[in-house]
This record gives sequence, C-alpha cells and structure tokens, in this order.
Amino acid sequence: MNSRIKNSIRFVLFLLVQVFVLDKIMLHQMITPYVYLVFILWLPFSINRSSLMIVAFLLGFLLDSFRHNPGFHAAACVLTAYLRPFIINLLVSQEGTENNYDEPSVKSFGGFLPYFIYASILVLIHHSWLFFLEAWQFANPYYFLIKTLSSSLLSILLLLIIELIFYRKQKFKTNIN
Amino acid sequence: MRNIFLFIRRHFNLLLFCSLQLFSVYLIVSYNRFHHAVFSHSLNNFTGDINTKYANVSRYFHLKKTNDSLLKANEWLYNKLKADFSVPDSVGRTFIDSIRVDSITRYRKISYLRASVVSNSISTQSNYIVLDKGSASGVKEGMGVIDINNAAVGIVVEVIDDYAVVMSLLHKDSHISGKLKKSGETGILNWDGKDPDAITINNISKSAKISKGDTIISSGFSTTFPKGMLIGTVESMNTEFSSNFVKIKFKPAANFYNLEYVFIIKNADQEPVQQALNKIKTQP
Repeated sequence: MNSRIKNSIRFVLFLLVQVFVLDKIMLHQMITPYVYLVFILWLPFSINRSSLMIVAFLLGFLLDSFRHNPGFHAAACVLTAYLRPFIINLLVSQEGTENNYDEPSVKSFGGFLPYFIYASILVLIHHSWLFFLEAWQFANPYYFLIKTLSSSLLSILLLLIIELIFYRKQKFKTNIN
Repeated sequence: MRNIFLFIRRHFNLLLFCSLQLFSVYLIVSYNRFHHAVFSHSLNNFTGDINTKYANVSRYFHLKKTNDSLLKANEWLYNKLKADFSVPDSVGRTFIDSIRVDSITRYRKISYLRASVVSNSISTQSNYIVLDKGSASGVKEGMGVIDINNAAVGIVVEVIDDYAVVMSLLHKDSHISGKLKKSGETGILNWDGKDPDAITINNISKSAKISKGDTIISSGFSTTFPKGMLIGTVESMNTEFSSNFVKIKFKPAANFYNLEYVFIIKNADQEPVQQALNKIKTQP
C-alpha cells in the first residue's frame, strides 16, 4: 500500500482509538495511557523534519479539540516530533538503515532493545511535557513525577502489545531491485 | 538581508519548532479568548458530530443505570406533587386545593431544559462536557447544568448553534459558591485537578459545626444555580492552624463517570442581574 494512504488511515484510527477508548481509562484517578503517539513513532524515515512536525502538530491539535483543551497535546506532539530524528540518529546501529527500511521498527533498529529505548524515550518526553504543561499551576512535583512515570509505563506497555499484535512487515530495500 | 535568509534557511526546523510550541502555549493560556473565534466554531461542530455518533452507541450500554436514576428522579417529583398534600382538617375529610392560580401574581423564574451529554471527560485537569442543545434552543453562557437527580454538574461556558460546552465542576477554574445545608455557612468550591471524587470547599469558618456526611447545596447567591441544588456530601475536613478557615473535602453528588442526561437551568433573572452587574463594573 502507498505509504501516504497507509499513514492517513493510521492517523484517523489512532485518533479515534485515543479519543473514544483510551481517554475513558483512568486508573487510580491519574493514569491515562496516550498511545496515539505511536503514529509519530511509526512515520517513515524519509519524511522531512518540518512536515513531521506539522503532521504531529495536526494530530495533537485535533485530539485537543476533542477534549476542548487546545494546545496541550499539540505542544507535546511537536516536541516529540522535533526530537525524533536526533534519537533515531543516536540509536540506529548500522549505516544506511534509513535508506534500507521504510519505518522505525524492531527489525530496522537491528534489535528489540534499541527500538524499545527509542520508543520509551519519546513516550517519556511526550508525557512529561504534556503533564508539565497541564500541571504548571500546581506546585506539586511529587504528584507530577508519579503521574508521568506511571502513565508512561502503561503507554509503553500498550505500545509493546500493539507492536506484537500488529506485526509490521519490513522489507529490506536495496538499490538493486 | 542575505544573512537573515541564510539564517532562516539553516535553522528552519528549529524556528518552526519554536513557533509551533509558542502557538500551542498561546492556545493554552488564551483559551478563553480563542474559543470564541469563528475557527473554533466549525471545529466544535465537527467534533460534536462525531461525538454524537459515539454517544448514541454508548448510551445503549447504560440504559439500566439511566432507567434507575430516572425512576429515582420520578419518585422525588411524585413526592412533591401538590395533590398529595392535604390540609389538616378538623372535620376529618381530605381537601384538595382547586385554585390553580395564586391571587398574588407569580411568574416562572426557573425553567429546565433537557439535554443529553455528547462528550464528557474526567481525566484532565480542565474537564468540559458537551451537550446537544445550543443557542438554537435558547441556551446561553452562564447557565447552570444539573444532572437528573438534581445535583450540580457545571456551568455553560460556550454556546454554538446545536451544542453547548459546559465547564464541569471538575475544572481547576470552576468556582461555584456552595453552602452547608445544616449550619448555613457558605464557601467557594475548588478542584485541585487530581481526584474526581474529591472537591474542596474553602472559606468556611472554623466555628462551623461540621460532621462527615453533611450535605452541601448551592447557595443561590448567583443566578446560575437556584438555592438548594445538591452539590455533594462531606468526606473529610482539615483545619489549618494558621488561618481562620477550615478546608472541607467532599464527594460530588453528580456521578461524572457516567453522565448521560442533564438539565440546563434557565433563570429569568439572569439577564437583568447581569446587566445591572455590568453597569456597576463599567462605572468609573
């Protein structure tokens, strides 16, 4: 399938799942998983950085308008999208992986651990920025830390489950064919 | 000039990132101004349509609960029927008052408008509820919203043609005045953004006799809620040694987890009172 169509479908699906399923979850009155940012993690390597940020902003902004709190998710998504290329550069082991594979996955990162680190760092950044913006009026760092860490843990867990259920086939591309 | 273009080209991503972040933060801090914009009008219509479709499905799963609470509301109303009260009569026969209109002129001050909840959230620190009645049905900003069992839910903050956005009691900027039913002290409601089952009420004097389980009702000091609407029941109080006031934590009477149908309170006094208040405020 064309990568653009595939990503558009993902965009809508992740948004709907987040709004209508995951936002209703609230464990212990504070843990809500935000899994929609898997969309940003799965965007292809070849996407250029400014369009990555704009797409992320759109995703966050639409989610915000469902929740009637504009700005929070948009800011967190833009930050995640901005930092994504740096973290990919740090973690990808082989030269030229960006050209040989379409999108970030366990296979294209050359192992489970680098991919896991990539996902967890971005999830953690996203959640801490989001909760920081939400909480800046409340001077309670302890609550903020607990909320960020526990929500991140749940999000990462769900992300791994999604990764196992929706196994993405990644073809190794060469210049030959 | 050339250097500026070079700079922009070289740091385009960083600049884009900064401007998007700034725009987001601007949206966060200026929500009250922003949400009146025309732009948000169409966006709200769009999300409202999708939310209505979802709410139609989810409503089926709560039919039993809705039925139960409607039954409760009906019971409450039946108990208020005038026909069921008889005048204590020395002759010993029941007497039903047949005069429908009072000799002293009365007018309807408060009317209720039924609405169903299209979307609702409890997971953020500023929660909003969207209702399927809007300015087309006469809903205005500042009207109070109660659930079907007469418990306060929130205040309408934004109205478009077919939808109204309600600031829930579970919103960090929501400050409704409440009153202890037993002793009559009034205070201001305040939510800290954490636990949906615990709202605090401030400015209650230490001398007030409060015990766990006391009822908190609306004070009727504003035109939003008439006096006596249920707000919650006291869970715990903590006295601050440094101040004259006691901080009371209470459990809201409305169940925010599964809000389905609500009533919007239309108060006939709202506009004249608001006009009078504005007049005072604009005077130098």
